[in-house]
Amino acid sequence: MLENLLTIVFSTDFFASSIRLAAPLLLAAMGDVVSERSGVLNMGLDGMMLLGAFFGFVGAYFTGSVWLGVLCAMLSALILGIIHAFSCVTLGLNQVVTATGINMLALGLSSSLLRTFFGTSTNALRSVGFTPTKVPVLGDIPIIGKILFNQTILVYVALILVPLTYYVFFHTTWGLKIRAVGEHPRAAETMGVNVFKVRWIAVLYSSTMCGLAGAALSIAGLNTFIDNMSAGRGFIAFACIILGKFNPWGVAIGAVVFGLAEALQLRIQAVGLPIPYQFPIMFPYLLTLVVLFLSGVGLTPKAWGSPYLQDEE
Amino acid sequence: MSSKISLEDKTQTTKVGFNWASLIKILTPALGILAGALVGSIVIVAKGVNPVTAYYYLLEGAFGSLDNFTASLIKSIPLGLTGLAVALSYKAGIFNIGCEGQLYLAAVGATVVGTSFAGLPSIIHIPLAILAGALLGGLYALIPGILKAYKGFNEIVITMLMNYIAIYFVSYLVQGPIKMPDQFYPQSAPILESARLPFIIPGTRLHAGFLIVLALAVLLWWVFNKTTFGFQIRGVGLNQRAMEYGGTNSKQLLVKVMFLSGCIAGIAGAGEILGVHMRLLENFSVNVGYDAIAVALLADLNPLGVLLSALFFGSLRNGANSMQISTGIPTAFVTIVQALAVLFVVMSAGLPRILKKWRRMKANA
Repeated sequence: MLENLLTIVFSTDFFASSIRLAAPLLLAAMGDVVSERSGVLNMGLDGMMLLGAFFGFVGAYFTGSVWLGVLCAMLSALILGIIHAFSCVTLGLNQVVTATGINMLALGLSSSLLRTFFGTSTNALRSVGFTPTKVPVLGDIPIIGKILFNQTILVYVALILVPLTYYVFFHTTWGLKIRAVGEHPRAAETMGVNVFKVRWIAVLYSSTMCGLAGAALSIAGLNTFIDNMSAGRGFIAFACIILGKFNPWGVAIGAVVFGLAEALQLRIQAVGLPIPYQFPIMFPYLLTLVVLFLSGVGLTPKAWGSPYLQDEE
Repeated sequence: MSSKISLEDKTQTTKVGFNWASLIKILTPALGILAGALVGSIVIVAKGVNPVTAYYYLLEGAFGSLDNFTASLIKSIPLGLTGLAVALSYKAGIFNIGCEGQLYLAAVGATVVGTSFAGLPSIIHIPLAILAGALLGGLYALIPGILKAYKGFNEIVITMLMNYIAIYFVSYLVQGPIKMPDQFYPQSAPILESARLPFIIPGTRLHAGFLIVLALAVLLWWVFNKTTFGFQIRGVGLNQRAMEYGGTNSKQLLVKVMFLSGCIAGIAGAGEILGVHMRLLENFSVNVGYDAIAVALLADLNPLGVLLSALFFGSLRNGANSMQISTGIPTAFVTIVQALAVLFVVMSAGLPRILKKWRRMKANA
C-alpha cells in the first residue's frame, strides 16, 4: 500500500491538485498581506472566505454563471470588509474583537441562509463551476504544463498575484505608501499620505480577495457548499503571512506547502492506508503549527494591529 | 503583535459621571442584543415567517415551563464556564479562543476517570473526574500561553489551529481506543454512577455544574477586584510594560492565566460529560468555545455579567430549537444575533470618539 501511495505522490496529478488546493489560501493570503502591511490586523479572513464561498455558490447556483458567482462572492466579503474597516480604521477599535464578530457573523449567515434557501436536505446541491482551461503553448510543456497550466482561471489569478503583489509593494509609490502607513502612520501622514484612505482601501481589497478565495473553495471543482466550509483555512492563510514574513514570495511558499499537505492528506484517505482518517485531516493544521513554531516570529509591521488615532496620544 | 486591549475608552465613561456610566454599561449590551434580534429578523422574514411569531416560539421554548427553563439553564452552564475562561484570559490581554479544543480534551480526561475506578465514593470520584478534565484543559492551554508569553506568537492563530486538532483527536479516540466494545455508535462506555454530577432540582436534569459556575463566577469576581493577583491581571492587560516596571513578571503571569483559563474551559467539558451526556460522544458540543467569546465580550469581561450573558445565550440556544421545530427557522440564526450583538457592543465603544471628532469639525467650521 505504501508503494501505492508513493507512486501517487510522485505524479503530476498530485502536484497539480496541490496547486489547486493552494489557490484559495494563496488568494486570501495575497489579499490579506496588503491589509496587514498597511497595519490593519485582519483576522476575519476565515469568515470572509466562508461568506464568499457561500455566496459564490448561491450566485452560481441561481444564475448558472460562474462569473456572477464570483461577483456575489466578492461583494458579500466586501460587505464584511466595510464593517471591519469602519470599526478598525474609522472608529479605531480593537481589530481582533471586530474580526471575531465578523467570523461569527459569517458562520451564522452562511449556515442559516443555506437552510433558508435550500431547506434541510443539502445532499444533491450542485452549481455550475469553473473547469480547467489549458493555457496555450505553456500548457504543452511536459510535467510543468500539466501541473501549473492546466488549471482553472482562479488558480492563474492566484499565481499571477504573487509577483504582482511583490512588485506593487516594493516597486511602486502605492506599495511604498501602504508599507509606510503600516510602519509609521504619523510619519506617513506628515509626508502627505492619507492614512485612513490607504488603510480603508487595503482592508476592502483584502476582503474582496478573501471572497474570491471563498469562490475558489466552493465553485472551482466541488461546486457545492457545506457548513463551515472554510474550516479554519483563513487562519492557515493568516499563518502563511506570518511565516512568510509579510513578503509575497515567502507567503506563497507557505501556501503551496499547505496545498501539498492537503493534497497528501486527501490521497492518504483515498488510498486507504491503515491510519484512522482523523490523522490525515489533522495533518495540515498540525503542519501549520509546527512550521509556524520553527519559523519563529519575524519582523512585523511596526504599527501592526494598532489603530491610528489622529488627534489623540 | 500589539495587543493593547481595552473594550472601552475608560477615560470617556468616567467623565460622564458615575450613574450614567453604569447605566450605559448595562444598556449597551441590551441594545446590542436588541439590534441583533432586529437585524436577525431579516432572516426570519426571508423564510416567510412573521418575526413576532418566531420570537414568541423562541421565548416559549426558552422559558415557557419549568422543564424549558431548566433546559435553558443547562445550556448556559458550559457557556458560562467557557465565558469565564475567555474573560479571565482577555482581562490579562491574551485572547484564549481555544476553549473549544480545551473543552474537548477535558471531556476525554473526565471520561477516562469517570469510567474507571469502580467502587470509589462519589465525593471523591466526581472531584477527581472534574480535576482530570480541568488539568487536561489547562495543559492544552499552556502551549499557546507559553508560545505567546515567551516567544511572541499570535495566540489566536495557535489556539484556533489547536481546536481543530483536538476535535479530530477526540473523534479518533471515540471511534478507536476508548470506544465501547460491541457498540455500533462511536461512543465511550457510560460514566459510572459514582462519577455523575447529581441533579440539584428534583424532577429536572439541572446538574451540579450550575453551582460550579455560580461559585467560579463569584470567585473570579473576588480575584479580579480584591486580590493582588487580580490587580496584576488587570494591570498586565492594560499596560504590560508599566507592570514590568512595577515588578510584575508579566510573562509568568500570562502563562498562569492561560493555564487557569484552560482549566475553567476544561471544567466546562467535564461538566458536559458528567452531567449531561454521561459518556463521550463525537461532536458532543458545538461551538460552545466560540460562543464563549460573545458571552465574555457582552459582559464586558465582568465575571458576574458573564452569568447573565451566559443565561441569555443559553436560553437563546435552547429556545432556537423549539423555534426551528415550529417555524423551520434554522438554529444557526442564533449565531447571527450573537455576532451582531458583539459587533454592536464593540462599535458602541467608538461612539465617543466619533462624537468628539464631529464636534471639533463643527467648531472649526
